[in-house]
Amino acid sequence: MKIYSYLTMTMGAALMLVSCGQQNQSSNGALSSSAAEKVYVAPGEQDEFYAFMSGGYSGNLTVYGLPSGRMFKEIPVFSQFPTSGYGYSEETKPMLNTSHGFVPWDDAHHPDISQTNGELDGRWIFINGNNTPRIARISLSTFETEEIIEVPNSAGNHSSSFITENTEYVVAGTRFSVPIPQRDIPINEYKSNFKGSLSFISVDPEHGHMDIKFQLMMPGFNYDLSHPGRGKSHGWFFFTTYNTEEAHTLQEVNSSQNDKDFIAAVNWKKIEEYVNNGGGTKVPAEYAHNIYDESTHTATTTMKKEVLTVDPLKVPGAVYFLPTPKSPHGCDVDPSGQYIIGNGKLSADLTVHSFDKMIAAIEGEKFDGEAYGIPILKFEDVLAGQVKSGGLGPLHTEFDDEGNAYTTFFISSEVVKWKLGTWEVIDRKPTYYSVGHLMIPGGNSRKPFGKYVVALNKITKDRYLPTGPEMEHSAQIYDISGEKMELIYDFPTHGEPHYAAGIPAEILAPKSKKIYRLDENKHPYAVLSPTESKVVRDGNEVHVYMSTIRSHFTPDNIEGIKVGDKVYFHITNHEQDFDVPHGFAMIGQNTSELLVMPGQTKTSVWEPKKVGVWPFYCTDFCSALHQEMQGYVRVSPANSNVELKWSLGE
Amino acid sequence: MKAIVKSMALLFALIMISCGGKKEEKKEEGFSVQRKKAQTEQPAETNTTDEVKPSERVDMTTKGVGPITSVELSAEIDQAMAENGKKVYDQMCLACHRIGKKFIGPAPNGILERRTPEWVMNMILNPENMVKEDPLAKDLLQEFNGSPMANQGLTEEQARAVLEYFRTLE
Repeated sequence: MKIYSYLTMTMGAALMLVSCGQQNQSSNGALSSSAAEKVYVAPGEQDEFYAFMSGGYSGNLTVYGLPSGRMFKEIPVFSQFPTSGYGYSEETKPMLNTSHGFVPWDDAHHPDISQTNGELDGRWIFINGNNTPRIARISLSTFETEEIIEVPNSAGNHSSSFITENTEYVVAGTRFSVPIPQRDIPINEYKSNFKGSLSFISVDPEHGHMDIKFQLMMPGFNYDLSHPGRGKSHGWFFFTTYNTEEAHTLQEVNSSQNDKDFIAAVNWKKIEEYVNNGGGTKVPAEYAHNIYDESTHTATTTMKKEVLTVDPLKVPGAVYFLPTPKSPHGCDVDPSGQYIIGNGKLSADLTVHSFDKMIAAIEGEKFDGEAYGIPILKFEDVLAGQVKSGGLGPLHTEFDDEGNAYTTFFISSEVVKWKLGTWEVIDRKPTYYSVGHLMIPGGNSRKPFGKYVVALNKITKDRYLPTGPEMEHSAQIYDISGEKMELIYDFPTHGEPHYAAGIPAEILAPKSKKIYRLDENKHPYAVLSPTESKVVRDGNEVHVYMSTIRSHFTPDNIEGIKVGDKVYFHITNHEQDFDVPHGFAMIGQNTSELLVMPGQTKTSVWEPKKVGVWPFYCTDFCSALHQEMQGYVRVSPANSNVELKWSLGE
Repeated sequence: MKAIVKSMALLFALIMISCGGKKEEKKEEGFSVQRKKAQTEQPAETNTTDEVKPSERVDMTTKGVGPITSVELSAEIDQAMAENGKKVYDQMCLACHRIGKKFIGPAPNGILERRTPEWVMNMILNPENMVKEDPLAKDLLQEFNGSPMANQGLTEEQARAVLEYFRTLE
């Protein structure tokens, strides 16, 4: 051991010398490619931006650095995560409760960072669960999921989770329309029985706590994506729709019949006022609201029983339809709030609507008919322009801070840069391959940071070494600081990132929490001093109040446990130093390990089935004596009289 | 290479010392290899026993490395401060430092007869640098088996209170 460390130290020192030499030389030519220099973050240096990528079918959120493309963390949100014990520990199981019971997974799509005055403020990030409709709020100081609210009357929660410019609301629109209320009816009675709900979830400005303020009950279309108005259009929200045909089968064909679908423009300020004055109808509903409390390190779940619904026809002037060609997918609003871009995914052209023209058309009452009583504006009256790009399958648009827009084209695999106002195409670059969303840090806010754009591709194929049939998705970084875009880096991303949100590191890094303070720990089973460690029996339930510090558990010898007991290990990490978690794992346990952060308490359950002496140990390499961080539990037969006792160092 | 062999011998010697004499009384319960080893370690042991253990060494001048450069101790112990210090100590330190006996680390009893108050507070407030830069703290890390002194994030005020608590210990 000693020899080994001497050797490695010597070798390490030698290598350092060698690599220093190389570095000096390399600045004169080894790194000749400017692209390499642009993405190179030297050892010990840090990235300029955080990038939060949705995990898609992983159900989680991953954190990357830009421009390096290095992954820093996976934040568990909707999926159980054995790495930390999220969704396995007693404290976090309630986070995954729903009206359908415990749901250990979801499909996470669109992260969005909280804003103040339309600019990223870095307090929270929100993300939607698509499958069992939910919205999560994640703290950007602890990088932990703090709250999940289920969305009733919704299905395929896709036009979510986008926030208004002062984080007044996080908005969640249904993709699939369903019978509301749910009932037993033939599927072919879709028309007029199925409705699409658009949920406006208020966000408490202090704590971020979410509450469904109202659900707008819209016609039975598919609500695909959405974005808030900003600046002059603040107070409005825009949703793309498809399947205005209201087909219920073979949608691939039947939902693509109409030449134009709609962008629904919703004046939420008007509806908010209506609701505040007592408008709307409370209807029975069932949905879970789960909140994690940072001081008790524990989540609670409550089942809500009622939701306020609003019939759009009861609020005149609140909702209009803007005809938009060919099943529009992305729905994006430029930083000034003037332009609403609808990308008809079966079209070659982009449709840009003008907010000013929309207001003028509404005031002039220039309607082209109505759908279920909702006025349809005339396409020509609201159209600001069209971008004739020549690409195929436009999906999503983000913006820089110089009046340019960047749109992805799925079918022709490219990013196209164009000018707002003149609609001219400035540049186009291929992506590898089949790009979905793209992300510019702050690119859906009033203040974009237009240095990089990240393309989130759907198909990887030959970009990396093959890893069997399944591969991680591929992302590409382009430098957009010049007139032309420059592809500078490729990196794999975990799960299937749909959308992403980026923010300058200088906003988040300084307030990232390093430890939880032990003297602020309010967990009911916390052990705040090792003298309080104990083992308490209550029938066949046994509670172990355990503390950890480098490198031992208190207690580490426990006797008097019996087969058939249910043993709760409540573990408090007494470290108060940055990045010193301790782990806990018990042999044969039918759950995951725990990873306990400094100052935190977590609980793991073990139901011993066999007589014997069974070890547990720390799973996180915590110090030079980590291998010594272990303990034993003696398990006696169910009918034994072995006395309950515990000790350390005796 | 010579240095390595030397330090290996020293390491074994230290291990044997810390095991103490109890092992010899326990006939065949352990494994017999230990006895053979004990013989080879005789010379090394005499070498180390000449030295005073770092934990018993007295150094009333060194102030250590860290934020504390000067501490005034009043003639009378400030009981209120000491009581507060005990609270902090019980929560943050007791896991490794027991009163009156060596545990993971040394006992704090009589510490101010061996160390300056500044050294003690710097060890509490700045352990990472102390074990790298202060020669005595370095030796202590060796004596205590390489167990790192954890930085428990105490404020200077809290560390000062813990120091006052140490003054009350016999």
